[in-house]
Amino acid sequence: MLDSKIPSGHISEKWTKYKSEIPLVAPNNKRKLEIIVVGTGLAGAAAAASLGELGYHVKCFTFHDSPRRAHSIAAQGGINAAKNYSNDGDSIYRLFYDTIKGGDYRAREGNVHRLAEASVDIIDQCVAQGVPFAREYGGLLENRSFGGVQVSRTFYARGQTGQQLLIGAYQALSRQIGLGTVQMYNRHEMIELVLVDGKARGIVTRNLLTGAIESHSAHAVVLATGGYGNVFYLSTNAMTCNVTAAWRSVRKGALMANPCFTQIHPTCIPVSGEYQSKLTLMSESLRNDGRVWVPKKKEDAIAIQQGKLKGVNIKEEDRDYFLERRYPAFGNLVPRDVASRAAKVECDKGHGVSPTGLAVFLDFSAAIERYGKTEANKQGLHNLSKEQIIELGEKVVSAKYGNLFEMYDKITGENPYKEPMKIYPAVHYTMGGLWVDYNLETNIPGLFALGECNFSDHGANRLGASALMQGLADGYFVIPYTIGTFLSKEISTPKFDPKGPAFVEAEKAAKDRIQTLLNIKGNQTAESFHRRLGKIMWDYCGMARNEEGLKKGRQMIRDLKAEFYKDLFVPGNADEFNPELEKALRVADFMEHGELMMVDALERNESCGGHFREESVTEEGEAKRNDESFSYVAAWEWDDNEPKLHKEDLVFEYIKLVTRSYK
Amino acid sequence: MSDLHLNIKVWRQNQKNDSGHFETYKVTANEHMSFLEMLDVLNEQLVREKKDPVAFEHDCREGICGTCSMVINGQPHGPLAATTTCQLHMRFFKEGETIVVEPFRASAFPVLKDLVVDRSSFDRIIQSGGFISVNTGQAPDGNAIPIEKDKAGKSFEAAACIGCGACVAACPNGSAMLFTSAKVTHLGLLPQGKVEEEKRVQAMVAQMDKEGFGMCSNIGACEAECPKEIKLENIAYLNRAYLKSVFSGE
Repeated sequence: MLDSKIPSGHISEKWTKYKSEIPLVAPNNKRKLEIIVVGTGLAGAAAAASLGELGYHVKCFTFHDSPRRAHSIAAQGGINAAKNYSNDGDSIYRLFYDTIKGGDYRAREGNVHRLAEASVDIIDQCVAQGVPFAREYGGLLENRSFGGVQVSRTFYARGQTGQQLLIGAYQALSRQIGLGTVQMYNRHEMIELVLVDGKARGIVTRNLLTGAIESHSAHAVVLATGGYGNVFYLSTNAMTCNVTAAWRSVRKGALMANPCFTQIHPTCIPVSGEYQSKLTLMSESLRNDGRVWVPKKKEDAIAIQQGKLKGVNIKEEDRDYFLERRYPAFGNLVPRDVASRAAKVECDKGHGVSPTGLAVFLDFSAAIERYGKTEANKQGLHNLSKEQIIELGEKVVSAKYGNLFEMYDKITGENPYKEPMKIYPAVHYTMGGLWVDYNLETNIPGLFALGECNFSDHGANRLGASALMQGLADGYFVIPYTIGTFLSKEISTPKFDPKGPAFVEAEKAAKDRIQTLLNIKGNQTAESFHRRLGKIMWDYCGMARNEEGLKKGRQMIRDLKAEFYKDLFVPGNADEFNPELEKALRVADFMEHGELMMVDALERNESCGGHFREESVTEEGEAKRNDESFSYVAAWEWDDNEPKLHKEDLVFEYIKLVTRSYK
Repeated sequence: MSDLHLNIKVWRQNQKNDSGHFETYKVTANEHMSFLEMLDVLNEQLVREKKDPVAFEHDCREGICGTCSMVINGQPHGPLAATTTCQLHMRFFKEGETIVVEPFRASAFPVLKDLVVDRSSFDRIIQSGGFISVNTGQAPDGNAIPIEKDKAGKSFEAAACIGCGACVAACPNGSAMLFTSAKVTHLGLLPQGKVEEEKRVQAMVAQMDKEGFGMCSNIGACEAECPKEIKLENIAYLNRAYLKSVFSGE
């Protein structure tokens, strides 16, 4: 049984009490200790900057050309914080409760409460860094609401909140680089973890420009390398997001927790063809004002699919606002997993609205009219025509979501002010990740995992605007304290020689792996294998899963992997700038990780959050959890034949487990 | 969905110090593809023929990471205003067209391979002063300092810069003034950033010069090509802040 190391005491005091008891490292000793941080997204940049400020010697790595490019930058909607600035009854407890409930009771109470506490400090920190959040006319911070909750606690910077927060963290990191406390390594990809006497003491990287394999040593290693959504090939992740750093750690004994928990985001631009390289998200914030619907009559849907009819031409009474119908209490703002499955149900019934039949409408006409009327009143304009009201309304909607509407127009060539958007669910986020305890330390001593890279706070489903919150909480306000639990015992440990035997061995393993791939000299590209892997994942481990499919999917991945090692072709050499080689290395790790996801999804014979098992549904077709048998974290030890399951029981002391209802 | 038969005339350069040359390839694309997806098709084709694929940088493919760095038919990020290369779709090109694709060119952005350039000079400009000096944990309550809505909005508009470098590539002088001034404006418009503005503007301008970027002569090509519509006004702001810092003795 795994020990989560949740401190004792009342939930609201655990973190405060624990913080004051964590062993400290004195400033003179901090200078002697080295920490490696891999990744420069919100979690990594925040951690590297904060640890540098504390006086540790930090070495920070990214495979991008600059630390400002990490995919946190693409987060659109916002960041949650329990500030209760809206005076609508929000509190730390309520954010804690919403997050546990939203995660379908598969996250740890202790961690989530700490996250809710830290949320408040994050906003303060970001404002101080100069993040230009949206403001009211009085000059104070503005909030909006997001899916799965009934308060307005989301802070935002138009549709570019992730960008602004990342720039804030990047600037804090840049300041430390300038001061010399952080040594930055751009274009370096971690391809091995190095253990010395069972503790994480370094990494092996590939210099993506020169191909050089290099060792870097430290007293501890912090991974903030994001999620594995790209295992599906098509996702809203950036092209280079990958599981390699985490998976290389798993191959060294780290446990991968709940890998089957993936989030399918309901509002993405639908797939348009086979060549497609990625999917684009339309922020969840759009569901504040957009109404989701499909035609009530199947013949209308078919006419739309064939391009003979347009959404705007369908009469109000012939539209089925299925989220409002099925979930009257939350309506269009149900959590992501619920909204995604509901869309799938409608499309499976044949009511989809794109040429592929895989899309539903997201309609702003009602909001545009409503805003137009309010604006007319505000400006004291009466007797306006409907067109004039709509014009006013479009301006309000443009101020709120302008960049998203533009993006939609650019990609699809359709004007969402005039015609309803077409959307469909797509892979967006992975709740699973490296198993960590309360200190964010994996089962490998000295190896920590932050942000999307770990599994800890979102259970089986993440609420909107909570990823930014978690990444920054982990980086700014958790790891600077909890890393002391490990490093306080290392103050007399001398620096490690990156030419030591453990490093030499790890370098050799990395070089051998690269050579193996280059030597296959087959006929298929890494990209084509990745596409095929993604298709298997989506078909058998996507929005709905069942035993037969998961078993079949697992076998298909194993067969694909065998084919990969027989017929892969990687052009070029090891010692040069070689993006095809980078891809091949990442796809190789995705294959094994994908297999583990199938294993995990098969083992968890219940439906919870984003994990929907067709064998486990209520009479109304809603997801049916099984708390008696599955109220645990599934942490997997990898084995090429049969991965081994370790369990951590989830204990709920403060929140009563109930069926998650948004009706 | 109609197919487009294109000639892609693309810059090939194996290493930093090689001279480089154009090569032309035939690509069949369709109008719904993004420009980068069209290059994916070309590369898939090249790899199948066991040839060296065209190196280009890209990542988020939704117009926000700032990684893509190519000049299309003479314009950084191509012909569409306010659009990054990854958001440019092939329906804006004509059947049979020859499309010329080059890397961003500026002496402070050396070409590393094909369409890949080194933009680390931008990072060093930020490291020299493009931040507010606040450590984690030092912040007062977020609402302690009210900021005028319009000012916060203007600050945001400057902060929307994605650091792609199109401004430098567009400028005949290879100047980084739009990039640098956007940061100076973003932080300077906020009360919490005003405190160290004089020091910031001096340090950032000095670093910009040291990196070998050219002088600004108010041509405005940067503004015209900026995919995020960062305004020339930012440069005026920087100039004012810089002058002020000179006279105040910083």
